[in-house]
Order: sequence, then C-alpha cells, then structure tokens
Amino acid sequence: MAGRLEGKVAFITGAARGQGRSHAIRLAQEGADIIGIDLLEPIPGAPYDGATQADLDETVRQVEALDRRIVATKADVRDFDGLKAAVDAGVAELGRLDIVSANAGISTQMAPTSQLDEAMWQNMIDTNLTGVWHTTKAAIPHIQAGGRGGSIVLTSSEAGIRGYGNIAHYVSAKHGVVGLMRTLAIELAPDSIRVNSIHPTQVDTPMIQNTATYDLFTGKAGSTKEEFAAASRGVIALPIPWVEAVDISNALLFLASDEARYITGVPLPVDGGNFLL
Amino acid sequence: MAGRVEGKVAFVTGAARGQGRSHALRLAQEGADIIAVDLVGQIDSVPYDMSRPADLEETVRQIEALDRRIVAKQADVRDFDALKSALDDGVAELGKLDIVSANAGIFSFGTMEELTETEFDDMLAVNLKGVWHTAKAAIPHLRANKGGSMVLTSSTAGILAVPNIGHYVAAKHGVVGLMKTLALELADDFIRVNSVHPTSVNTDMIQNAATYALFAPDLPEAERTKETVGKRFQTMNVLPIPWVEPVDVSNAVLWLASDESRYVTGLQLKVDAGQTLK
Repeated sequence: MAGRLEGKVAFITGAARGQGRSHAIRLAQEGADIIGIDLLEPIPGAPYDGATQADLDETVRQVEALDRRIVATKADVRDFDGLKAAVDAGVAELGRLDIVSANAGISTQMAPTSQLDEAMWQNMIDTNLTGVWHTTKAAIPHIQAGGRGGSIVLTSSEAGIRGYGNIAHYVSAKHGVVGLMRTLAIELAPDSIRVNSIHPTQVDTPMIQNTATYDLFTGKAGSTKEEFAAASRGVIALPIPWVEAVDISNALLFLASDEARYITGVPLPVDGGNFLL
Repeated sequence: MAGRVEGKVAFVTGAARGQGRSHALRLAQEGADIIAVDLVGQIDSVPYDMSRPADLEETVRQIEALDRRIVAKQADVRDFDALKSALDDGVAELGKLDIVSANAGIFSFGTMEELTETEFDDMLAVNLKGVWHTAKAAIPHLRANKGGSMVLTSSTAGILAVPNIGHYVAAKHGVVGLMKTLALELADDFIRVNSVHPTSVNTDMIQNAATYALFAPDLPEAERTKETVGKRFQTMNVLPIPWVEPVDVSNAVLWLASDESRYVTGLQLKVDAGQTLK
C-alpha cells in the first residue's frame, strides 16, 4: 500500500530531536522526503540543553533507515536569510515542496510578567513567533511554484488557546501563531495551500522534562517527575500525564495528507481535553 | 498493512446514503465492522426525498463487498428504545463497540419568523436529541469496551449562524455542548468525544430543488443547476471549491476514530474549506 504522503517533500524546523524528529520520521514512514533544519546551539535561559549536531545526525540516520531522502542543515529560524538558503538548497535537491511543519520552538525563563527579562521576551518572540513567520515566508514561494497546493502546519500550544501564569512571552508568541495561521489560511486559499495549527498539551520531550517546568506546574521548588506527572494529569481530562511526540506527529500527518484536502484554518488541539477543563 | 481501525466495530446512524454510507465504507475499508441504522423513511417537514430501504441495502452490499461484516437495521434516532434495541442487537452479533458516528440529520429551512412548530421540533428531535440518544445507547457498550471514540456530526452551522436555518443552527450548536459535556463525563473511561463541522457536502441533502431555491432565489428554476448554484455555494468557502465530498468528512471521522488520535478529545474539527474564517 502506498504511503499517505508518497512522493511529497516536507520541510520541518527544529528537526534534531523531540517533536521535530518524530515528525520527520512519521512523515518519512508515510513516504515523504524531508528537509530538516535545527539551531543546534544552546538557548539562553532555557532549563534544558540545546539540540546538538549528533541529534540532527540521528534524525538523518533514522529517516535514511526508512529509505527516504533527507537534507538536514544547521539553520536558525530567527535568521531569515539563513533559513531561506537552507530551504532553497533542500528544494533544489529534492525537487519540490508540499508540506511545512513550523515546529521549532523554545521554552525559557519562567517568571511573573512584570519580572520577565527584556532579552528573554525578545528571544521568545523572535523564535516562537517571528521564526514561524520566517518559516512560512521562506516556504510559500516553493509551494506556490509547484502549483499543486500544499499543507502548512504551525505548531502552537495549549498556551495558544489559554493563559498560563509565569510564561507571558511563551503564551503571547503561541497566541500570535494562531493569528498567523488564520491570516495565512485566507491568503493562501486561492492557491489551495492549507494552513492549520496544532495545539499540544505537555509533550514528553526534553522541553518539559526538566525541574524548572516541574516547578512551574507544581508551584513549588525542586519538584520531582512524579509530582509533575500528578500536577499535569490534573489539567488534562483524559487520565494521562502528557502525550507522546508521535501523537503530535499523527495529527501533523493527517493535516499534511490529502485526507485533509479541504481542512484549513483549524486550530487542532492534541491535548487530552486540556482546554475543556 | 493492517487497516487503521482493524478489528474495531463502528456504529453509524443515517447510514443508508450520503455521509453516513461514506463513513461506513471508509471505516470498513480500514478494517472495521459496522452497525448501521437509518430511518429509511420520510419526515413530512423535510423538503427533499429522504432515504429508502433500497439505499440501506446498497450500503450493506458495499460493506460486504469489502469483506467486512455489517448489521443494518431500520431505526429512528428519535425513538430511544428502538435505537437502543438496534444497537444492542448489533453489539450482540459483532461482539463489541469501539466507534460511534452520530451522523443522522435532516435539513429544512425558513426564517425564525416563518418556521412552523413542526419544522422546529422535528429538527431538534433528529439533529440534537437524536445525537443524545445515539450517545446514550452507545455509552454502556463503550464502557464495557474500556474505551472508544465518539464522533458527533455538527456543521459549520454549529460554529456560526446562517440565515434561514435557525433551527438547524440551534441544533448544531447544541451538538457542540453535548460533545464537550460527553468529553468531560467520559474522559476517565478513555472514551473520547469530538465533533466534525463540515461546510456544504455534496449529497442529496443539498443537491435538491428546495436547497437550490434557497441559494439562488433570483434565478429562474430552469437555471438553478449544479454549476450555477455551485458558484453560490463557493462564495461561502475560502478554498476555491463549492462543497466538500462525503469522503472528506469520512476521512476526518476515520482519523478521530483511529488510535492516531488517541489523546484527542473535546475537539471541534472543521472540514469546512475555511468557511468559518470568513
């Protein structure tokens, strides 16, 4: 049976590990070739280590093990020219572009809004909002050039639907992504390019499995993974503490495939009913 | 490759034709057995021909051609006892229940000022209370199954209003309230509940003289063709299409029914070509 994305090419930002790597693998399993980029540098203020070249190499290895092609480059979504060059090179090599997963994102300082650091605020907006715009801006001409339409999926968050204390920069950026999604959906509809967003609750990746995030959810210093799991479970309707990266990938796969050919402008939560509570 | 709902059993209301038949077929293509019900009869306030027994027989034929099993019964979603009995029989025969597609629905129109008591009551009875009945009949089986996925068919009219169909808008908005409540009530049992919100779908419900007249009252009847009326329909959407096909809604139902969406609940999934962005 042919894969659900057979013959398509997907551009994924933040592809070195976590959700981005999972997306690359899941889309490749269904027949897509991949253009992957990642910052591969430490992120100031982040309570977890940045992805490394070894991480991106592992994504390459896993995609190639599926007999799919991948063009993987170090690039920064904050730097439009660098990002564009990476996409352009990937499309030159793989021949076309059909799917975009604007996944790259960071989590940094956690503090009351009045105490957020200027640089922390700016870097968050630059990465999690401007970076998403850059990603679409670099990709759109390639999808349009194909004349076959396409699917752009922006990774927002539960924090793109509701507020959370102590991460105003993250909440603001992720809400902004929804505005971008809705605008792009209208602008690109005549070209049959669909644009949707995914809104994960907590996903089991290095971005949340760290003490700072544990403490954000429990409201006390030095919390354990077990305490975080209990607190996280408390905000999700289904009896689970978090979702896995593959659950986000499966939503991306559906939105990227022709099965969703008339779905555009949809904010799709993968959140165990988090937003209902 | 195993189907995406291999080994599961799905209950589909309104399965004789249109979206319901398409849902049954798509789920069966991916490995599900089907319990199908349909009124297969007319409701007087509905201004187009509703399904007939031969339609339901055709659904059965197509499912069996896929080598899946189907238990198909005549049943009215307005009659809880009959609906429950049909579902209970289906589960007894097919062994369990995993998936529910509460799809049965009717369409009629008139301004809020013009609608008759009967038109309003019939609409709410089928399109809202019928969905509750469907869920109520299914829940014990899904609990016994230790989980499942329920997909309620709402509409873009469950998100925004459209003139001349206030009773339909009210019923379809009500389905969203039902969906969210069910999602909360059933989460601990790992029963997920989501709604789908199609824009116009290319079925008999819209491809009929009465609906054409609603969309093109200014055109002489002879000029109300699929093409001319299609242009009117297209102005509602953002994507350059007049309507979606039943299979597009079925693909959304399939994704929500499958384990690929195992942690998705409480979602309003629009299959609307961007209609609600306008």
